[in-house]
Amino acid sequence: MNKTRKLGRGVAIVGAGMSDFGMFEDKDSKDLFADAFRQMLASVDKGVDPRDIDALYLGNFTNDFFVGQSHWSAIISDAIGLVPRPATRTEGACASSALALREGVFAIASGFYDMVLIGGVEDMSKRSTREVAEGLALAAVPYERKSGFTFPGVFGTIATAYFEKYGASRRHLMNVTIKSHNNAPLNPKAQYCVSIRDIMNDKIGRARAEGAPIPDWSDEVDFLSDPRANPAIAWPLHLFDCCPISDGAGCMLLVGEEMAKSFTDDPLYIVGLGQGSGRGLHAAEDLTTFEATRAAAGEAYGMAGLGPEDIQFAEVHDCFSIAELIHIEDLGFFEPGEGYRAVEEGLTRLDGSKPINTSGGLKCKGHPVGATGVAQLIEIWQQLRQSAGERQVPGGNLRIGAAHSLGGTGGTSTFTILERR
Amino acid sequence: MTDRPFSDHEFEQFLGQDKLMGSRCAACGALFVPPRSICPRCYGAEMEWAEMKGTGTLTAFTCIAIGPSFMADEGYDRENPYCTGVVELEEKVRVVARIEGVDTRNPEGISIGTPVTARFLHRRGDRGDRTFLAFEPLSRCDRRG
Repeated sequence: MNKTRKLGRGVAIVGAGMSDFGMFEDKDSKDLFADAFRQMLASVDKGVDPRDIDALYLGNFTNDFFVGQSHWSAIISDAIGLVPRPATRTEGACASSALALREGVFAIASGFYDMVLIGGVEDMSKRSTREVAEGLALAAVPYERKSGFTFPGVFGTIATAYFEKYGASRRHLMNVTIKSHNNAPLNPKAQYCVSIRDIMNDKIGRARAEGAPIPDWSDEVDFLSDPRANPAIAWPLHLFDCCPISDGAGCMLLVGEEMAKSFTDDPLYIVGLGQGSGRGLHAAEDLTTFEATRAAAGEAYGMAGLGPEDIQFAEVHDCFSIAELIHIEDLGFFEPGEGYRAVEEGLTRLDGSKPINTSGGLKCKGHPVGATGVAQLIEIWQQLRQSAGERQVPGGNLRIGAAHSLGGTGGTSTFTILERR
Repeated sequence: MTDRPFSDHEFEQFLGQDKLMGSRCAACGALFVPPRSICPRCYGAEMEWAEMKGTGTLTAFTCIAIGPSFMADEGYDRENPYCTGVVELEEKVRVVARIEGVDTRNPEGISIGTPVTARFLHRRGDRGDRTFLAFEPLSRCDRRG
């Protein structure tokens, strides 16, 4: 179990691209992925001929349910001109494209392929909110579904356990939301490029323009505490604790390490890979931690020969505000029960000692389920290559970043560490 | 009873008879609710049925304002949320279940650690009758009894 793993051949990332994330009536999965693919090709500094791509691994959770169409790997392969090369779909709920990355890495590391396209896509916004909630619940444990749990319900339950064990409160969840929303306006691809303060001021402005009673919110916490502005979804989780329904796609180009410099002088190297599986709420010994994440982190740190203190910044799977607190503890960035204090002290802000979710996270960037894993890695790519624009982590000395994805209610978890040399 | 497979189907059949049943590993004694047919602790494959007393404590919970359609059909919505959660049974295993008899409009008043007792909610449906496991707080007289 504690074996240190390594790749048979090093693997590098030489290109990355993603579509805008949002709710698009006029775009389907092919359109979104084609956007991402075009941007990926343009990102390869020394150029690449798409005819050299050996295979596609595509993460997609359940377009089967969301748009009534399955088997997207072949459809996407055709849409971007890869036919007849092999195209394989990976599914691990919200971690689906993080699994695509792993499969692509393994395929190159084995020597079978030299250049692989990995990516993910999801098209969720064509269904009603209730239908999307039911689609997402497909990734929960059957006993949970029968007991009436929704996805927010599972994480709301985890939140009550966390509050009880560590003395945290809703206020601490709000701190996560406010922090992520402060990063979001700096990310032009995000679904909600807006801070909580701007949302609040906008509502006040509209009330004034309409001659309606003007809300007297004093600050962001006051706004988020108002059930009219922030209604309960699955108590203690409220609307602003939850990520949105999103459409989007992203992809990355992987090559054997020895080939990387023919595509760019600045490739990123995959130095740590971890994946774990987990069990349902009823079978978990402790509701304030994800066994799958701890396993994934242990595997990735072991492979990289690195520890949590070496990770300079990270994207973690904040499908709900409480999830971010659990993950930053499970990944070892903070001690168990200390995550909420770290967020309160500002340590996870863009200018903090451990910036978390500089992209705005799933909460603001959006969460097109199958695309999320790769989109998180794309944020690491941009930050490490100093191309994150206004949201660039300050200091200029970035070498190691990591991305964590969680599938379902903890059934799948991945942790991937990237290095710039 | 010993001939019945240790499956979710049989677990549900027992719920229909107002029984909360699990399986116990004959080799290592580990207890599982709902039942498992393979023991993940020792990989033993010989199991025995075990009936739970149906009492425990509330370990974690949520009050859901927007639920799946089968809960909406029961009349639950934003104005009338329902509670669901995790209960640790007296036998030291946990189950997920609906929580009844609590004020879901005032979730701050619901306490982790509350003693609860099982209830079996029998529902008629288009695809046959189903029983949902639920728990409700023990009333004072129940606790005395």
